[in-house]
Amino acid sequence: MEELLQKSIAETRGLLKSGEITSVELTRFYLDRIKKYDGLTRCYIRLTEKMALEKAAEADKRIRAHSDGELTGIPFGMKDILCTKGVETTCASQILKGFVPPYDATVIKKLDESGYIHLGRINMDEFAMGSSTENSSFQVTKNPWDLSRIPGGSSGGSAAAVVAGLCAAALGTDTGGSIRQPAGLCGAVGLKPTYGRVSRYGLVAFASSLDQIGPIAKNVADCAVVLKAIAGHDPMDSTSIPQPVPDYAGALGKEIRGLRIGMPKEYFIEGMEQEVKTAVEGSIKTFEGLGAAIVPISLPHTEFAVAAYYIICTAEASSNLARYDGVKYGMRVDGKDIIDMYKQTRSRGFGKEVKRRIILGTYVLSSGYYDAYYRKAGQVRTLIRRDFDKAFEQCDVIVTPVSPTTAFKIGEKTEDPLTMYLSDIFTIPVNLAGLPAISLPCGFDDKGLPIGLQIIGKPLDEMLLLQTAFLLETEKKLKKRPDMFA
Amino acid sequence: MKITGRVVEYVAHLARLELGPEEIDLYTQQLDRILAYMDQLNSLDTTGIEPTTHAIPLVNVFREDTVQLNFQVEEAVGNAPARVGPFFKVPPIIETD
Repeated sequence: MEELLQKSIAETRGLLKSGEITSVELTRFYLDRIKKYDGLTRCYIRLTEKMALEKAAEADKRIRAHSDGELTGIPFGMKDILCTKGVETTCASQILKGFVPPYDATVIKKLDESGYIHLGRINMDEFAMGSSTENSSFQVTKNPWDLSRIPGGSSGGSAAAVVAGLCAAALGTDTGGSIRQPAGLCGAVGLKPTYGRVSRYGLVAFASSLDQIGPIAKNVADCAVVLKAIAGHDPMDSTSIPQPVPDYAGALGKEIRGLRIGMPKEYFIEGMEQEVKTAVEGSIKTFEGLGAAIVPISLPHTEFAVAAYYIICTAEASSNLARYDGVKYGMRVDGKDIIDMYKQTRSRGFGKEVKRRIILGTYVLSSGYYDAYYRKAGQVRTLIRRDFDKAFEQCDVIVTPVSPTTAFKIGEKTEDPLTMYLSDIFTIPVNLAGLPAISLPCGFDDKGLPIGLQIIGKPLDEMLLLQTAFLLETEKKLKKRPDMFA
Repeated sequence: MKITGRVVEYVAHLARLELGPEEIDLYTQQLDRILAYMDQLNSLDTTGIEPTTHAIPLVNVFREDTVQLNFQVEEAVGNAPARVGPFFKVPPIIETD
């Protein structure tokens, strides 16, 4: 059974269709692995074993009746921020403990219609606020390549579960890098779609103008299949883009001869680990060898992105998180009057980082500071967008590192929020500009930790990102799973 | 200093958070550093530049105003920590004698 871990979703589907394995067997295989290995990585907050096995039995019926789709019978891990009807959804926060959504997020509905299997809820930074998954109020997830290190965040549980072979694929969400950074630090493939490509309906909101849902998978082809299943226009999300969804997986393997790859000088800076720089530059050489043209470009406002981002995302978060007041769902702590009830509930229900961001966001929006911070950050966001617009006149995709370093130690940055924020310096500008970007492994450092490569595209150009990433993956043939989880 | 403990306490009140003295000290120090970092934006001249609120240009999206069945009452209030029948139960908000 262990050889199933080497198979792509399409190959696994082949085995399901030919009857060599059943979805029930496949689901049990992953549930057994979770029981065996998740004590090490701590990816799952809770399992939905009974539902998974029931759905797997249904999937097997569909397969036998030839009424199945591209994901029928495939077991997924689900970031605990996507509302799933009848399944406790907490955002890894105490304030949402016990919350059972009465509806499905659109992405969940789509996956469910395709016949996927929901194995369980996956750990994350509380409300997706963090870069290490250390801000979960439940547990700290470990990097499968080195259990003393963080898996990245906020979708750290999703990336670690994929790499440790504790699900076939997972969904993550990305507000400032939360899909790409953990994928990069764990050696998974993660794709943040164009803002509006995937419906946000039922995604518990952190920063609404930045949040996007996307796949985290063990290879590029799987990412393509999952993206196709979840993308598309949705009347329930007024920011979703009314454009048809192409067959991403069908177009993989296409040559990139003549492709113009932009290499922004601002992303190859001092302070970056030498091994990261070497691996990314080596990959760019690989692309050149495949017939791509390398174009030096400049994104001059890159250095301002982190400051602008933490104004915008905290401002939006302070507003979005006002809904947790002890009235409609989740935790309530009684107080001497209603205001005190709000305060007691929110003070005990939210963790340290969430409170820090709510206070910062409330401050930057408060009277007298709005122009200096929020308006200014919006203007800088315009400059960052224009940088990309201008760069894309000269190139088709942009290649950068995902993070300046490989995975850091658990506890290393928890006392210093600003240093933690700066670890997302290469992923944040993409969210501010609403662009799609993919993260995939391009090498290992001398400690055996994966190094991530980011490819950024024009709006709705996910196809080209997947094609470009697929060629690098095929050339590199990197190890996918640590021996500990073999 | 960009920010003082009193300001942090006041902003926390606006956000309906109650902080202990140690939390106020810690957040004051941390937010002070973060706000100082954000000051670098002031080195950019942004005169006449329209702020971006959404990355993808959007027009208003309309739909027909028709009644749709979304949630049953039981589903809508089922998660409430306190309720009376089909209603959310909250502490009194109108003062009585």
